[in-house]
Amino acid sequence: MSNWIMAPILIPALAGMMLLLEVRERHWLRRVTGLTATLALVPVSILLFRQAATGDIQVYSLGDWPAPFGIVLVLDQLSALMVLLTSVLAVPALLYASHGDDRLGPNFHSLFQMQLMGINGAFLTGDLFNLFVFFEVLLIASYGLALHGRGPARVRAGLHYVVLNLIGSAVFLLALSLIYGATGTLNMADFAARAAELEGPALTLVKVAGLLLCVVFGLKAALFPLYFWLPATYASATAGVAALFAVMTKVGIYALLRVHGLAFSDGALAGLGDMALWTVSLLTLGLATVGVFGARRLGELVAYLVVMSVGTLVAALAWGTEEAISGALFYLLHSTLICAGLFLLADLVSRGRGDAGDTLMAGPRPPAAGLLGALFFIGAVAVAGLPPLSGFLGKVMLLQAVPAPLYWVLILAGGLLAVVGLSRAGSTLFWRAGEPMADVVLNKGRLAAVIVLLAMAPAMVLLGGPLSAVTQSVAAQWAQPDLYIHAVLGYPGGAQ
Amino acid sequence: MEALVAIIIAVLVGSGVYLVLRARTFPVILGLTLLSYGANLFVFISGRLKLDQVAVVGQSADPTDPLPQALVLTAIVIGFAMTAFLVVLALRAQGELGSDHVDGQRDALDGEQQDEQQNKGRR
Repeated sequence: MSNWIMAPILIPALAGMMLLLEVRERHWLRRVTGLTATLALVPVSILLFRQAATGDIQVYSLGDWPAPFGIVLVLDQLSALMVLLTSVLAVPALLYASHGDDRLGPNFHSLFQMQLMGINGAFLTGDLFNLFVFFEVLLIASYGLALHGRGPARVRAGLHYVVLNLIGSAVFLLALSLIYGATGTLNMADFAARAAELEGPALTLVKVAGLLLCVVFGLKAALFPLYFWLPATYASATAGVAALFAVMTKVGIYALLRVHGLAFSDGALAGLGDMALWTVSLLTLGLATVGVFGARRLGELVAYLVVMSVGTLVAALAWGTEEAISGALFYLLHSTLICAGLFLLADLVSRGRGDAGDTLMAGPRPPAAGLLGALFFIGAVAVAGLPPLSGFLGKVMLLQAVPAPLYWVLILAGGLLAVVGLSRAGSTLFWRAGEPMADVVLNKGRLAAVIVLLAMAPAMVLLGGPLSAVTQSVAAQWAQPDLYIHAVLGYPGGAQ
Repeated sequence: MEALVAIIIAVLVGSGVYLVLRARTFPVILGLTLLSYGANLFVFISGRLKLDQVAVVGQSADPTDPLPQALVLTAIVIGFAMTAFLVVLALRAQGELGSDHVDGQRDALDGEQQDEQQNKGRR
């Protein structure tokens, strides 16, 4: 068993601390350090993913304390996939931010690394309280990043974001102590094993705790009625940060998937919250569609597309079959990368439009309008789920796996309205535009970051076969919580 | 004693929720503080209430559970840092938005002040 499982947490932690030591105004040094650390995560997460793909579940006991007593890190296929997605997303996001945005305020690179550490830690941990701690790490870094660069809009949105998440943390703590009080454990595998045999008042308490956890993860994932913070926060954050935040809602979905798969799949808690999650996710889907249709700025529109993908994913999660999860994972990869790409593109476009910014009104023509328009077209086709790009494949998988008429109607109508909203946005920005502004030059580095992310749409179609095989294998392992529980509780020692 | 602690937590959380729903940042921060106090106390008692017992196995016949004490320390530290951050953020919001309304609405506040003045006038 290897120690590599620690690397996705340690690399950003060390890089983040090193970046704090660099106090002088040497931006190139910060950029190089940040980019190197972020790039280093890619091979590490590929290595971990290859290890996990063999089907073994790796368990790393911190401090060599045996499993239910100490904190464990667990690497199964699901967490490996999420870590890989994070590192693939982080590189273009940081690349984009390194072309100017990182100089708007101090310590951007340090916060970015801390954010990565929190996200990777949340994906890898096998302990509920440790999950809380990593959530707080990623949140406090995200507060700093969301407010990076000044402006009243950012402060107002940031205030709402921070207050809501602080309430979420308090609810998370209440849920955790209910679980500990009723079952005497906070280890996820141990909790799942014990929760299956609960009865009487303890069962009621754990049910309450489970539903509270759903509320907390729903807040992170931005489910109705807890998504109102998202469009304002994401649309007002700097572009590189908004792109990284595209994976933050997915942390909430991952946590829902993890707890759901382990504890709510069978036993005494089977199906806990399924009906509520189903209803709420469909409402999210419907309302986000209205948001996409009514958005007045491009950034806001993309933020509503993120909410839409959350609704789509959580509905599949609540449906809960292996095929639905497999389709959802494919859709998750696609929607995270494409929405991130669109956030970057929205910023790139707004930079060429002077005062008009990314408002959906006629303004100056952005520089290289043909190229940017083509990129926007690719992103829009992918995210709306039209053939031949990745969104179409993801939606087909989901629709095949979830034969519920309401879901079909909402997905298809949502897709249609998204197409209308996106084409209206595109034609306003690129066709109904006036004379281009004189002194605006397109930054090649930023453009490269956008192209890398949006190129994922055709790439995911070309690699559709292997990728869907991967998501099927991840979902198959997810559907067998006994494997996870046995791996965590079965080995007495630590890393051997 | 259980009843007493339960009532304390209920009062803390109840006042916290009430204050969080106010429209100004200062009461909201106070409310969040009370809310996290309630949550911390709740974490603490999840190891059951025991009087005059140490948290070390072997030092007493019926040791108390040490884990919630460790958890609550972590939670307190995190909550403290978050509250400090929020205070700074609220001050900056006051500076940048020119009001301490949670939505930064200067007009709404002016309206309220006008209402108050009108009420005073009526009295």
